[in-house]
Amino acid sequence: MTQIGDPAPRGGGRGRVNGEQRYVADIHLPNELHVKLVTLPCARGRIGDIDSSAALAIPGVVAVYSATDLPHPMPRFGPQFTDRPVIATGETKFHGDPVAAVAAESLDAAEEAARLVKVEFEELQAVVTVAAARAEGAPRVQDGVAGNVLREHKVAWGDLDAAAKHAELTVENTYRFPMVTQFAIEPHAFMAAPDGDGVTVWTSIQHPYWLQRLLAQTLKLPLARVRVIAPDPGGAFGGKQHAKYEPLLAFMALKLQRPVRLVLTLEETFQAVRRTETEVRVRTGLTRAGKLVFQDVDADYLIGAYADIADRVVGKGSYIACGPYNYEAGRVTARSVLSHTVPSTAFRGFGNPQVNWAVESNLTEAAAQIGLDPVELRLKNLAKKGDPFIPFDTPCDGDWVEATKRAAELAGWDKPKPEGRGRGFALGIKSGPTTGLSYSKVRLHADGSAIVYCGTQDIGQGARTIFAQIAAHELGIPLERVSVVMGDTGIVPYDQQTSASRSTVLMGNAVLAASRQVREKLAAGESGEIVGVGDAKKEPDPDHPLGGSAAFFEFNATAVELSVDEETGDITIHRHVTVSDVGKAINRLQVQMQDEGAAIMGLGHTLMERYIWDDAGRIRNLGAIDYRIPTSMDLPEVMVSDMIENGDGPGPYGAKGMSEGALLPVSAAVAAAVRDATGVVIRDLPLSPERVWTALQQRDRS
Amino acid sequence: MTEITLRVNDEMRSYSVEPHHTLLESLRDDLALTGTKECCLVGECGACTVRLNGVIVDSCLVLAVEADGGEVTTVEGLAWGDQLSALQEAFLTRGAVQCGFCIPGQLMAADDLLRRVSHPAHDEIEEGLAGNLCRCGCYYQIFDAVESVAVGSGEQP
Repeated sequence: MTQIGDPAPRGGGRGRVNGEQRYVADIHLPNELHVKLVTLPCARGRIGDIDSSAALAIPGVVAVYSATDLPHPMPRFGPQFTDRPVIATGETKFHGDPVAAVAAESLDAAEEAARLVKVEFEELQAVVTVAAARAEGAPRVQDGVAGNVLREHKVAWGDLDAAAKHAELTVENTYRFPMVTQFAIEPHAFMAAPDGDGVTVWTSIQHPYWLQRLLAQTLKLPLARVRVIAPDPGGAFGGKQHAKYEPLLAFMALKLQRPVRLVLTLEETFQAVRRTETEVRVRTGLTRAGKLVFQDVDADYLIGAYADIADRVVGKGSYIACGPYNYEAGRVTARSVLSHTVPSTAFRGFGNPQVNWAVESNLTEAAAQIGLDPVELRLKNLAKKGDPFIPFDTPCDGDWVEATKRAAELAGWDKPKPEGRGRGFALGIKSGPTTGLSYSKVRLHADGSAIVYCGTQDIGQGARTIFAQIAAHELGIPLERVSVVMGDTGIVPYDQQTSASRSTVLMGNAVLAASRQVREKLAAGESGEIVGVGDAKKEPDPDHPLGGSAAFFEFNATAVELSVDEETGDITIHRHVTVSDVGKAINRLQVQMQDEGAAIMGLGHTLMERYIWDDAGRIRNLGAIDYRIPTSMDLPEVMVSDMIENGDGPGPYGAKGMSEGALLPVSAAVAAAVRDATGVVIRDLPLSPERVWTALQQRDRS
Repeated sequence: MTEITLRVNDEMRSYSVEPHHTLLESLRDDLALTGTKECCLVGECGACTVRLNGVIVDSCLVLAVEADGGEVTTVEGLAWGDQLSALQEAFLTRGAVQCGFCIPGQLMAADDLLRRVSHPAHDEIEEGLAGNLCRCGCYYQIFDAVESVAVGSGEQP
């Protein structure tokens, strides 16, 4: 029998290695039409006449839809603000914003016709940087949002002015984090079909139930007439949390009374999802002895033309910017700045990596200025279990000192460095979910096998395995006798969402409860098919700045050792150590896979990734040739991942959520190591060879 | 439309293709072999890797008509019926599979590497898989899987 913690085989694994796994694009519907989007060659354009005659003349083309074919006023949607039109109306607001959609009997015909749709447009001034968006007289991205600041988020504790008097040293710097994209290897794919008096939508999405609600509102249908079928996505990383083109496809399917499918290209996916670019100003106050006194953070997050979930990213991500330390006073101000760019959305770390990069780098700077070891500085100020490090939130819920010391030990922090190498260290923290609601159902069959039903999505994190392990353990049956059903709102009970590393904790507890109910019914002598149900809630708190306290914290300590090629600026990471506090690993192999994957993803935005824009607000490096992500040749020579398991989490058997933590401190740790190796301090990401080489040249000149 | 004949996963297939369609499109749309994945379409990501006439190719960069008369192996052809290959098994037991979308391409590239070099050195594995992106970042586990098969069997899979 597989035990909790064991490397149980990957749920859904077989289909993933023999080609049988069906992702959305692998599914075809009878009588389907292929959809291709029509876009403009600029970010912001006033839309004039749309002439579809040449497009409609192509054999097989059934329809060309634009704003005038949709209901008036234009239906709008969004998970946070209902600001995004189903299709561009009046003007486009970012490069890739579709003005029309062609439906045809074949993809060839749809693609040819999309090129033939003639759109008159007048290019308008676009704002694609924080400075341009916030400049006096800048064009407004959305009507009614003055200065393009959608919202300003403030959180503070302690008396900052009083605390500042106790600081013997104030370190102040500005850090920049670039615009990057999720780059799931599966490009987003959508299908919609009329279904009786409603609609069924197939999509590669993390939150099927949130999408169901959004579609029901947008289409003015009852929830019961909107079915979302969501096969396991081929990677998501936050980019597949919320609706993109599902509303458009649903309207088209209902109007045409035929199934429609839209599979984005990778280039179109770059124009659909990205992470917020961020400028962060940090003021850190401390004593000469290394006691942190205050942290003052001010951040501009450049979100896109429509909010998507980005304003929540800004609010929640910035909230914990001061880090896992005890301060007299902390203050964070963060603005969601609209721009004529791709709507930014959730991306692993959810707004934290940007502020972590800034604040942890500033701590490295502070340690250098007072001549204190950077690990020592952190240990001196780190919250201990039970410390209310943010006074109005969940107190420190883990042994973060142990995790920090473990990472230092695994990095050989106190041992001499090989010649020419530098070491860097940083900590990461992220608030877990602040609200949550998950239901599960477990059916025990006559032969003693069981099916687990849940609305969580297996986006690659291995949720199928974890839930099967929990049910098998609770029911006392072998893992091979448990199957897990997900991804269909017509079948599985409600789950709020698959995000914030919540699923092991929230849905895990629901599966645990449902399994235990089955066991109780068995004990009570019930026979036949036995069905157990369970739920798990994270209650909101309307008085909390985030609407709820953290269900748990993700904590990670990262250390790297690297060398820099002085001739080319190229960085070689010799050793990367990542240690996460996971409470209890349900599956140690999967924890390792997630942590190492997160670390490598963090190396992507640290070393190589960023969008490049031209003057018309177009992305110049669309696609895999000009936008590089880590390959098998870009890895640390040695990756050491370890976990702290003290059974102190709120999930099954003491588990906490994990999978984002190991990404958070990567940039700050790498930059600190570059500084240690070369003496150069870089405050802009990525640390590309060009940027490092330029900094080395400047160092040598001065 | 052009008539072509392919031997796909040991099965002869004769059918018509659009002359501008890639081997990737043809495998997925004409033959319903959807295990081969579509991502970048410019030969950078490796998700569409298949073996064509004994060498691996990005099937998004090969026209179906160019493959006429050729022999193609896709991920669907790696297992013997229900029996997964040693490499497929190793990918599962070594934790090389997360979302799975890149895995068909990774398997084809790894299979090709092991056909060429029965016991590849670590840097040969890194290089052999350099054309296959994994955004889940399972590279170390993929290396581990390849190494375990090379060490375990002592011969080609």
